[in-house]
Amino acid sequence: MSDATQEQTGPMVAADGTPLKKSLARSLRMQKMRALALIAPLLIFVLLTFLAPIFDMLFRSVENQIVSDTLPETVVVLADWDGSGTEAPGEDVFRALYFDLFLAAEAKEHTKLGTRLNYEQVGISSLFRTSGRRLDDVGEVWQDWLEDIDDQWGEGAFWFEMMSGGPADGDVLSSARTRLATLTGDSMRGDIGFEPSEAISTLLPRTAREYTAWAVFTAIEDEDVVAEEDPWEAVYAALAVDLATPGKADDIAAYSGPGAAQLQAVAAQLDSLPPVDIKGAFADIDEDWLAIDNWAAIQVYSPKYTSGYFLNAVDMQLGPDGAEARPENQQIYLMLFRRTLVMSLAITFSCIALGYPVAWLLANLPARKANLMMILVLLPFWTSLLVRTSAWKVMLQQQGVINDVLVWLGIVADDARLVMINNQFGTIVAMTHILLPFMILPLYSVMQTIPPSYLRAAKSLGATNWTAFWRVYFPQSVPGIGAGSILVFILAIGYYITPELVGGTTGTFISNRIAYHISSSLNWGLAAALGTILLGVVLLLYWVYDRIVGIDNVKLGG
Amino acid sequence: MADMNGDSAFVEFDRVQKSYDGETLVVKDLNLTLPKGEFLTMLGPSGSGKTTCLMMLAGFETATYGDIRLGGVSINNIPPHKRGIGMVFQNYALFPHMTVAENLSFPLEVRKMGKAEREQKVKRALDMVQMGAFGGRRPAQLSGGQQQRIALARALVFEAELVLMDEPLGALDKQLREHMQFEIKRIADSLGITVVYVTHDQTEALTMSDRVAVFNDGRIQQLAPPDKLYEEPENSFVAQFIGENNTLEGVVKEINGNRAVVQLDGGEIIDARPVNVTKPGERTRVSIRPERVEYNKDRRQEGVHTLKAEVLEFIYMGDIFRTRLRVAGNDEFVIKTRNAPDQARLQPGQQIEIGWLPDDCRALDA
Ligand SMILES: Nc1ncnc2c1ncn2[C@@H]1O[C@H](COP(=O)(O)OP(=O)(O)OP(=O)(O)O)[C@@H](O)[C@H]1O
Ligand SMILES: [Mg+2]
Repeated sequence: MSDATQEQTGPMVAADGTPLKKSLARSLRMQKMRALALIAPLLIFVLLTFLAPIFDMLFRSVENQIVSDTLPETVVVLADWDGSGTEAPGEDVFRALYFDLFLAAEAKEHTKLGTRLNYEQVGISSLFRTSGRRLDDVGEVWQDWLEDIDDQWGEGAFWFEMMSGGPADGDVLSSARTRLATLTGDSMRGDIGFEPSEAISTLLPRTAREYTAWAVFTAIEDEDVVAEEDPWEAVYAALAVDLATPGKADDIAAYSGPGAAQLQAVAAQLDSLPPVDIKGAFADIDEDWLAIDNWAAIQVYSPKYTSGYFLNAVDMQLGPDGAEARPENQQIYLMLFRRTLVMSLAITFSCIALGYPVAWLLANLPARKANLMMILVLLPFWTSLLVRTSAWKVMLQQQGVINDVLVWLGIVADDARLVMINNQFGTIVAMTHILLPFMILPLYSVMQTIPPSYLRAAKSLGATNWTAFWRVYFPQSVPGIGAGSILVFILAIGYYITPELVGGTTGTFISNRIAYHISSSLNWGLAAALGTILLGVVLLLYWVYDRIVGIDNVKLGG
Repeated sequence: MADMNGDSAFVEFDRVQKSYDGETLVVKDLNLTLPKGEFLTMLGPSGSGKTTCLMMLAGFETATYGDIRLGGVSINNIPPHKRGIGMVFQNYALFPHMTVAENLSFPLEVRKMGKAEREQKVKRALDMVQMGAFGGRRPAQLSGGQQQRIALARALVFEAELVLMDEPLGALDKQLREHMQFEIKRIADSLGITVVYVTHDQTEALTMSDRVAVFNDGRIQQLAPPDKLYEEPENSFVAQFIGENNTLEGVVKEINGNRAVVQLDGGEIIDARPVNVTKPGERTRVSIRPERVEYNKDRRQEGVHTLKAEVLEFIYMGDIFRTRLRVAGNDEFVIKTRNAPDQARLQPGQQIEIGWLPDDCRALDA
């Protein structure tokens, strides 16, 4: 015995000689791993179905990739433009816009962007829609001009021959694939039977870029053979842009690859090239393209992530100079948040006021009567929410039961019937009724655990009924009130069917607005921002509650 | 007992009856008078109506019939909080959300006492139960025995003259219980308060009380000081219930003053003191305490009846020997003898002769 204890001067070791601590940690780790493996399917399920949607929602409230995905080049060029000035952007921006928008229109992605930008700048949606249709006309000018010089310019086979051949320029092809993949969301991989030649992409960079984009689109989206198809108008416009570059004629003269003869024929007639004024072309399509506001909106919402939705959700907006308040007449969300909070509090308090006595009765009646009452409390759960809400409509409306009774009793005049529905009062009444069981049940389960001997003890110590209740019974039921209040308040804050049906215009909640943006205006980003703020407010209140009351003091039972 | 000196009557139950359901009487015709300063214990089997009596006194139940008087005044219509009766509950009923000191100052607060006075009284009460250092703790942070002391201090802190205790030590282990019995008795004596104490435990009743009221079936079977209760039980229920007891059944043959001759069912004849029997021919149960039975011839007095017995079992218990015998067909007849150098240790199977003083053997109701 004493020998063994004297030997133990160093760290304790297990039977196999490893330090005891390590051995213990290892055996515990094995246990933990096994436990984790057992719950893993459930954990993954919960993560996927519960947390993932929440994070997706949080993410949508700041995500803004659609602008830079649809107009990648425009966004880059526009960055240098001074949005607070009075000048519309220059020709280079419009050129970038033309090629971006043309491709987007072919891929039918431009209206989505229009819808997105319309949340920030009313009218942009129709601008994008109408312009998308008329971009073809812009390129036709140069197509006609080229075909007048040589009919071959109208033939897909000639274009194919000119653009390919010789060593290939892989960069142009892969960037075209990336550009289309970003735009459409499809992968854009696979053989397209075409590779732009290095010589031509050096000579006519813009043309090579647009032709390759067209080729990828034609081969993969339309599933046609590139060599047999005629290129779209943007390619002619691209060629015009390249030709209009100063000094291009000399480069063409030095070029000897496929189509050199045709190109040199064109270069000889450069004087008659219709002027490349894409800004003017856009102005012809719609005067609004020269409006500073529209361009400012595009510039402000160019980044991949934006605070715009959140600012919007608190009645502000993103201007060229940063965040600014919205005009008075457009402010709505802060007021709705405030109303939602105040009314949810009112509902919570009326649930406490009505639920407390009921829960007390439930906890103190003999078992048989208590069971019967419990059924009555739970009865509303068995009827449809819509039925209950509609019942309140019948009760509260101006020609409804309550008003009829009051008029019959002579308490109110027939021509002065009370307005009790389609306002805040109606919402509070109906929601209190619907959420009452969520207050009663936790209260009841807490009250059930308070033995009657406490009240007796208090009375035997000289407390009146009221003092005994207030000083002894009530403090012990507070955890139940806390649990019920959190439950009711959080349910109320996110409720939307009942306020929608009986709230009218003054009794609706922020959740009605969220629902509207989700299902009607389809502004999911704003809906997500509103939802995120709501979540934040609830968490904040939860934290405050924890600070004041202590979350340990919340009991749902036992 | 009901007609004690009227002046000293502090608590009085006057023909009190109680029924919860209107069909059965839980308390039947209870008459009880307590003088000031007495420590009275209600003892009885479960369901005999002890708690009910206490609750009626405290005001949480109303008597169906009869009068309860406190200090000569009927309290039937006085609500509990105005009765000024201290109460200790079986589960202590310390308010869990208050500290010990707050629990104690609660009855003083509701009496609108000033802060300084309150603190002083709380301190004195805590010191009295030797819990002075625990004022800041919550009840949940105390052991059962400590909670018990606090409950006691709380019932005493507002200087109630009458304190009711309903099985206050039921939840404690044996050693602690014995310690607390002593403690409660000491405090009650030093304060001179009147205590009505309810218990299941007859040892507790016997050691603590001035008088014990034995309850059964809603009635007081006997109300007497502990020694009298033990030595002179008035009926066979009390004899059975209090302490260990041997019973033999038989028929009264004759009664001569305070001597009765009883013929046991096996035919043996013994002498007894007639308590609940009045005439020959009545059936009776004869009761003898185990320690009053003597088998050692030298120690037996002359001229007593003896019975033949066979030793069935001998148990050495340290201070005493406990021997089980078969006597007159009864296999459960027990005798207890003091451990002394000259005391024989009986062997199972041994045939012996036992006897007792006729006064120790009581002929009770059948
Ligand atoms: N609130 C009540 N309603 C109906 N019957 C009751 C009520 N309280 C007690 N009883 C009945 O009255 C009888 C006496 O009960 P009481 O509580 O007075 O017994 P007790 O002597 O205190 O028993 P124990 O030693 O088990 O505490 C029992 O039969 C019990 O069932
Ligand atoms: Mg009891």
